[in-house]
Amino acid sequence: MIPELGHFALILAMLVAAVFGTLSLAGGQQGKAEWIALARPGAQVLWLLVGFSFVCLAYSFYSNDFSVLYVVQHSNSQLPDIYRIAAVWGGHEGSLLLWLLMLCTWMMAVSLFSSQLPDAMVSRVLGVLALIAVGFLMFMLFTSSPFERLVEIPVDGRDLNPLLQDPGLVFHPPMLYMGYVGMSIPFAFSIAALLNGRLDAAWARWTRPWATAAWICLTIGIAMGSWWAYYELGWGGWWFWDPVENASFLPWLVGTALMHSLAVTEKRGLFRSWTIMLSLIAFSLSLLGTFLVRSGVLTSVHAFATDPKRGVFILLFLAVVVGSSLILFAARQGKVRSGGSFALVSRETFLLVNNVLLTTAAAAVLLGTLYPLIIDALNLGKLSVGPPYFNAVFAPIMTPVLFFMVVGSYARWKNDTVADLTKKLRPIAIVSVLLGCTAPLLAGEWSALVAMGLTLAIWIVLASAVQIYRQLKDTVNWKSTPVSYWGMHAAHIGIAICVVGITMVKGYETEKDVRMTFGDTVEVGGYTFRLTGIEEVPGPNYKADRGSVELIKGDRVLRVLHPEKRTYFSSTMPMTEAAIDTRFTRDVYVSLGEKLEGEGKPAWAMRVYHKPFIAWIWVGCLFMAFGGALAALDKRYRKKAAAKVSATDMKGATA
Amino acid sequence: MKPRHKRTAMIVGALATIAIAAYFVLNAFQSNLVFFFTPSQVGAGEAPQNRAFRVGGMVKEGSVTRNNLTVSFVVTDTLKEVPVTYTGILPDLFREGKGVVAQGQLGDDGKFTASEVLAKHDENYMPPEAQHALDQAEIEKTSQSLK
Repeated sequence: MIPELGHFALILAMLVAAVFGTLSLAGGQQGKAEWIALARPGAQVLWLLVGFSFVCLAYSFYSNDFSVLYVVQHSNSQLPDIYRIAAVWGGHEGSLLLWLLMLCTWMMAVSLFSSQLPDAMVSRVLGVLALIAVGFLMFMLFTSSPFERLVEIPVDGRDLNPLLQDPGLVFHPPMLYMGYVGMSIPFAFSIAALLNGRLDAAWARWTRPWATAAWICLTIGIAMGSWWAYYELGWGGWWFWDPVENASFLPWLVGTALMHSLAVTEKRGLFRSWTIMLSLIAFSLSLLGTFLVRSGVLTSVHAFATDPKRGVFILLFLAVVVGSSLILFAARQGKVRSGGSFALVSRETFLLVNNVLLTTAAAAVLLGTLYPLIIDALNLGKLSVGPPYFNAVFAPIMTPVLFFMVVGSYARWKNDTVADLTKKLRPIAIVSVLLGCTAPLLAGEWSALVAMGLTLAIWIVLASAVQIYRQLKDTVNWKSTPVSYWGMHAAHIGIAICVVGITMVKGYETEKDVRMTFGDTVEVGGYTFRLTGIEEVPGPNYKADRGSVELIKGDRVLRVLHPEKRTYFSSTMPMTEAAIDTRFTRDVYVSLGEKLEGEGKPAWAMRVYHKPFIAWIWVGCLFMAFGGALAALDKRYRKKAAAKVSATDMKGATA
Repeated sequence: MKPRHKRTAMIVGALATIAIAAYFVLNAFQSNLVFFFTPSQVGAGEAPQNRAFRVGGMVKEGSVTRNNLTVSFVVTDTLKEVPVTYTGILPDLFREGKGVVAQGQLGDDGKFTASEVLAKHDENYMPPEAQHALDQAEIEKTSQSLK
């Protein structure tokens, strides 16, 4: 009964979304107050329906209802409770439902926190989002309903892929989806602005916190995914340039550009077409990512579906969304063109340069991601583009981005001079080059790449530190500094921290694959590892060979690490569980390979890594997200609520 | 500068940036394409000798031998076979009789030295490339039996 209720709720949701979406769009266009009034309650009803459906599916998982096909495929009665709930999004159908729930949650948020916006605007925005929801509801109902029942009920489920049985599954997909789907909000705002033909500073001010919020979720989601892959996949990598990772990274790159472009549109009324374009691209890339992940064209942890019907549907949907929004853009672009001007040396220019570079980086990553798929689709052979391509391309494009980031934050709006900028930045540049070039000497081997990475990181941190110091010293009342100012610095310092992590790992990581018997030692990165024993231990739904490895520095045993090799009962699938010791400046990482046949004592293959500063990568991402949160919470986005009534009469006065 | 000149300068700057970026991108792209070959193609000498490529198919039953950390096995598409050696730790789901994709170089002796053996993430999941190799061999077989 429960699954049918869930299914029914989805059908109802589709009807509700179709009706209120059309009406609120039309209402917004024609100024029909009674249709516009439907928008907010419509979004809230939609959220309740989809939420109810989601709870139904979660309950089916929780209660081990093996009459539901999707539950059979992704759960098992031995699965711990928490993973039974998280297994809801462990497969294709359920993750689509999660996608939809996230979309409806964003719509709900827009309906609740939009009191300062004109009702017609909100109506258009929610209308656009509702139509996107209709597309996804149709997709679910026609090709991939999670509520399908089985006639013959199996005794037990097939279990969740052991790789997914990890706390990472509980947090990573919802957060990432929240970010992915969140890009639909600036998209909807842009479509609304194009329909309206009015795009001013007020529009940018409304859109900014939403774009930033989506970006924060995306940042955290990607960072968690990277961290999860690092400790779970057992081969110590934190970024593989896997097409699915790229799929989430592309909207992030474009989203980063969008946030900065929106800043210019708000402060100076410039870059309007560009801002609109970026928001269209960001959401299109989110959809493309969904297509890549969900259509089964990829080999990946994330690829579940191999039903071509599904791929075709998403591709069609993608074509409709991208096509119609581009046509609208082409038709209305003239109306939203920017006025105003700025000098060649000005903050606008530097922001523009970085915008172009970030978009170029996104294009390069897109090329490497899509090219193999296109060649394969055209039957021209099979090939792949490896990480060396992405590394070779990404680093040179991002290097100037890191440089201009600082210059941009020092330059004045509208007009500045090279002489002024040089005067302010020269001491910082000299100090950071000196520090950056000597620091690698402390780590041992000097390398140009490490020196450059560290120089850029120090450049960013010093520049922020100097600006913060000035702000505190020169401003009479520093408390009046907008919160978003601190947000910007926190995020930029986050980038620097991340750059340090990446540079140090790339420059100085060491690894060894070895054969070890009890008592053997191996030395990596100045640490000694001694295998002291391997015992069999039981887990809730698996048994594991658990190694004990002493981590030794000098004569002292720092701690005992316990890497595991697990075998899950339901699938007899082996799984490597690495043991990691994390410290401020390094991780050591031990993973257990297979048991090796040999004469005499039992031997094991082991892999040992030393990864300097790797945790900084994720800590940097957290700083970025924190900075984003500060920026999104700035009170100027909220204070207009009271002044709304009078503001609507003086349209465009704030522009 | 006049606004028009400024605009021109900006456009030229942007184009130059994009051109440089495109140069980097295409250069790196060219040298990092890794092609896939089926064991039959390798057998027919279609695979390059001194460039990395991927080969995929099934791990032949009974072909896996280990010498410390060096593993030797045979990749087959049921028509042709390629002997592969790999030093290091294999992915968890590497099994005899299951699909596998290996990346590396072909030596003069016809042995493939893998630098990477690609993991599947699910026991029931076949790497599409490995599946492709088997499908191709199947087509080849049927067309031969029809002749």
